[in-house]
Amino acid sequence: MSSSDIRVRLRAVLARKRVEEDLDDELAFHIEMQARKNAAEGMSPREAVRLARIQFGVGDTAKEECRDARGVQMFDEFVRDIAYTFRNLRRDAGFTTLAILIAGLGIGASTTVFSVVNTLLLRPLPFTQPDRLVWIGNVAVNSVGEWALQVDHVLDLRNQTRSFADLQGYFDFSKPGDSKLTGEGQPVSLTGIQVSCGLFPLLGVKPVVGNQFTAEECKWNGPGAVLLTYGLWKTRYASDPSIVGRKLIVNDSPVTVAGVMPEAFDFAAVFKPGAHYDLFMPFPLTEETNKWGNTLSTVGRLKPGATLASAQAEFAILAHRIASQHPERNSLNPTLQSLDEHVNGRFRPALLALACAVGVVMLIVCANLASLQMARAATRQKEMAIRVALGAGRGRLIRQMLTESMILAGLGIVPGLILAVAGTSAFAHLQSFNIPLLSSVRVDSEALVFTVALALLTGLVVGLAAALQAPAVAIHETLKDSNRGSNSGARRHNVIRGTLVVTEISFACVLLVGTGLLVRSFLRVLDVTLGFQPESTAAIRIDPGQNFPDQSARDTYLNEVLRIARSTTGVSAAAITDTIPFDSGEVSWSAIGKGQVLPPSQYPEVFIRRVSDGYLHTAGISLIAGRDFTANDTPSSPQVAIVNQTYAHTLWPGQNPIGQVVDQDGGRRVVGVVTDTRHKALEQAAGNEMYMPMRQRADLNGIQLVVRSSLPPAALASTLRAALKPLDPNLAADEFRTLQQLVDRAASPRRFIALLLAGFSTFALILAALGIYALISYSVSQRTQEFGIRRALGADAFELQGQVLFQTLSLAAIGVVIGLGASWLLARSLTTLLFGVTPTDPMTFASMIALLGAVAMAAGYLPARRASMVDPMTALRAE
Amino acid sequence: MSDVNNMNLLQGTLDLLILRTLKTGPLHGWAISERIQQISQDVLQVNQGSLYPALHRLERKGAIAADWATSELGRRARFYRLTAEGKRQLDLESESWHALTVAIGRVMKLA
Repeated sequence: MSSSDIRVRLRAVLARKRVEEDLDDELAFHIEMQARKNAAEGMSPREAVRLARIQFGVGDTAKEECRDARGVQMFDEFVRDIAYTFRNLRRDAGFTTLAILIAGLGIGASTTVFSVVNTLLLRPLPFTQPDRLVWIGNVAVNSVGEWALQVDHVLDLRNQTRSFADLQGYFDFSKPGDSKLTGEGQPVSLTGIQVSCGLFPLLGVKPVVGNQFTAEECKWNGPGAVLLTYGLWKTRYASDPSIVGRKLIVNDSPVTVAGVMPEAFDFAAVFKPGAHYDLFMPFPLTEETNKWGNTLSTVGRLKPGATLASAQAEFAILAHRIASQHPERNSLNPTLQSLDEHVNGRFRPALLALACAVGVVMLIVCANLASLQMARAATRQKEMAIRVALGAGRGRLIRQMLTESMILAGLGIVPGLILAVAGTSAFAHLQSFNIPLLSSVRVDSEALVFTVALALLTGLVVGLAAALQAPAVAIHETLKDSNRGSNSGARRHNVIRGTLVVTEISFACVLLVGTGLLVRSFLRVLDVTLGFQPESTAAIRIDPGQNFPDQSARDTYLNEVLRIARSTTGVSAAAITDTIPFDSGEVSWSAIGKGQVLPPSQYPEVFIRRVSDGYLHTAGISLIAGRDFTANDTPSSPQVAIVNQTYAHTLWPGQNPIGQVVDQDGGRRVVGVVTDTRHKALEQAAGNEMYMPMRQRADLNGIQLVVRSSLPPAALASTLRAALKPLDPNLAADEFRTLQQLVDRAASPRRFIALLLAGFSTFALILAALGIYALISYSVSQRTQEFGIRRALGADAFELQGQVLFQTLSLAAIGVVIGLGASWLLARSLTTLLFGVTPTDPMTFASMIALLGAVAMAAGYLPARRASMVDPMTALRAE
Repeated sequence: MSDVNNMNLLQGTLDLLILRTLKTGPLHGWAISERIQQISQDVLQVNQGSLYPALHRLERKGAIAADWATSELGRRARFYRLTAEGKRQLDLESESWHALTVAIGRVMKLA
């Protein structure tokens, strides 16, 4: 295309009016000149002009050909089609609104799910070469779950591996409000997390201001340093770049600000969804931290050429060797997973299910729009026929149909995007949801491209489906047709629309069954025996503002806290623990029964709870045998422990655990057995649990005050804070978290999926009902005369009504049978998402059949009633 | 008198005539048709219904360019002129036209 070509075409399109005026002007000039010439040859002026016009010929033809010469004829036709479509749509405002809403809801739902899926599944993790990053877990023998690694194990693995360029990790035992920042006015509790020095370089994340931790800062008792998150830097320090090098007081020790991490770096979103961090501190990999046990959550970067499988094979060998060389260490059983799989893998099946569900919704939307378009086309058959008679080709009509459905779908983008923006921002703000990266979900440019492409595709599919019947319009037949509904065109129309409706019903059926299974799983999960009673129980962190000189000072403080809490009005029970269920930072040790002989790598892992007397009662954990701790279980009294049923069974199967001794702290005698409590995931059994009296341990892993009260948590918090103020003026202003909130949070991913699917299913059901209703109404209106005659011949209203309902139900039945078959096959793929429900759960299938049947009946009832009310006289006179 | 269009001339002939006419300088549409008619001694009469589409097509191809200017009557008129590309095209096509007429002439003589 030459430049002049482009210029002419562009001008023809952009300066259309101007170009047309110029053409008129040019041709007028020509006639004028011709008239002049004629006059010069002796004609009268009037005659001269008349002849000039005749000589010129039909002006419009010339003009039309000049327009063609501009090469934008297709475009002009397109513009005319659009104008025509808009005129039509405006005339049919009801249909237009409905169609745009349907398309909009479908597009909105799809774009929302696309944004979520894109952020969580499709987009790589926000690190350098994320596909080379590997999560190294430590799978427990004789217990459930996965643990962190012991520091020396990581150091040995790092030294010996040929597969990894580096291994780094973080200390996953921080809790919200762990880091108290003082010396800048009111003390604030911030949340910090300790990372090994090379973790950020390994991930490929650099501070935007300042530097990574230095080797010196990573030593044990090295100079204190922190990296700030962007959020803290912005809100607390007004993005002051001179912050680097400033001294802060964190937990009573001076630390220097090393730098600020980038805004896009959301550590919590990837590694600890739902958590929030303000500070990063160095975690030294030294013999001191090695003593702390399995503390390092480990990430590695594969060397070029190494694969996950080869690294796994190498680690199996290395782990065996290291473990046999160091029997004194904790068990080591490294299992490797790509980091992406570790972060998102849990949610992949659920998200895929969501993506499929929204795909099904979109198909139903298309079927519905196509059916609506066809219904409209049927009422416009005469118009179409006239256009054909006037010379519009079949292609031209199809193009017109396509333009129309494209415009409808395109207009659907508007409500769709509004819905998607609202939907994604609602998701991003679901902070109680335990799903990685959810907070960064938004409608971005990729989502916009997706939306537009989806709308175009929808328009294309709908337009083509509707155009299927356009050629069926036989001109003369239609023009003379008295609309008796007996011609083949109408029959074909009904068959196509019937197929569309059956399709809608079967898709809706698949969606409903899937949703039903997942909703039932969700209900089953909510129904699990927790082992504790979350109702009206709440916990609050009460870590004291100062460090205690020794354990007895700490115990004095804790005793005082307990006394105050228990005497507060409205509190029926209070206790202290360092671990509450479904909270982060659980500690586990490996411990066996005294006298048992096992290699250390075979020791069972047990979750540790250090609690005060009364904790079991406060949390509602039932004591099965023996006794609870008392205030008299002190450092000077015999060392005791309470175990859960699973641990009792693991260590002493078939024996009475009471009186047995756990080989811990020189031997702890078991004084009680309690029920298992779920604590990691609702779906996951408790595993081994051991309770120790807090007064017999110096190392509490955070201090949680747990109270049972009928008061609302907010009121309780202020009452308790006021009561505790004299004891500790620096107590951070935390809020109570009810245990129910923690349980809900654990259930949140399932709730998320169940809610979304329920929403989609409802929408699908409404669309299917609409489809049935529209089709049955149409066929009833076509058969008005027939019904009239039959009424006149004595058929009773009830019989006619029954017949129409039967027609409805048979459509629904076909759809349901197909849908059930498909569900039967597809439900298997949901197995990983189900809990306590089989993929072929008869209850779910039966209730969905009943639901669809009822909806079909309801949708068919109105037209059926109309059929039975047909007045014979009116029907016969209508022609 | 005959109409260029009705003579079933080889396609592109009108274009060639227009380009040749414009070789002497810019002209408006009416002048082009008059010039062709005069020079051909009224043998060739260009139908306006073909002239203007042809002019617009040539303009799009870049062989001629158009400017609005004041005509001899003091009225605004659209003047067409040859572009460099048009000159090149004219040279090429007149050559082949010449070759063609010579060839046809030979055939006609022999036949």
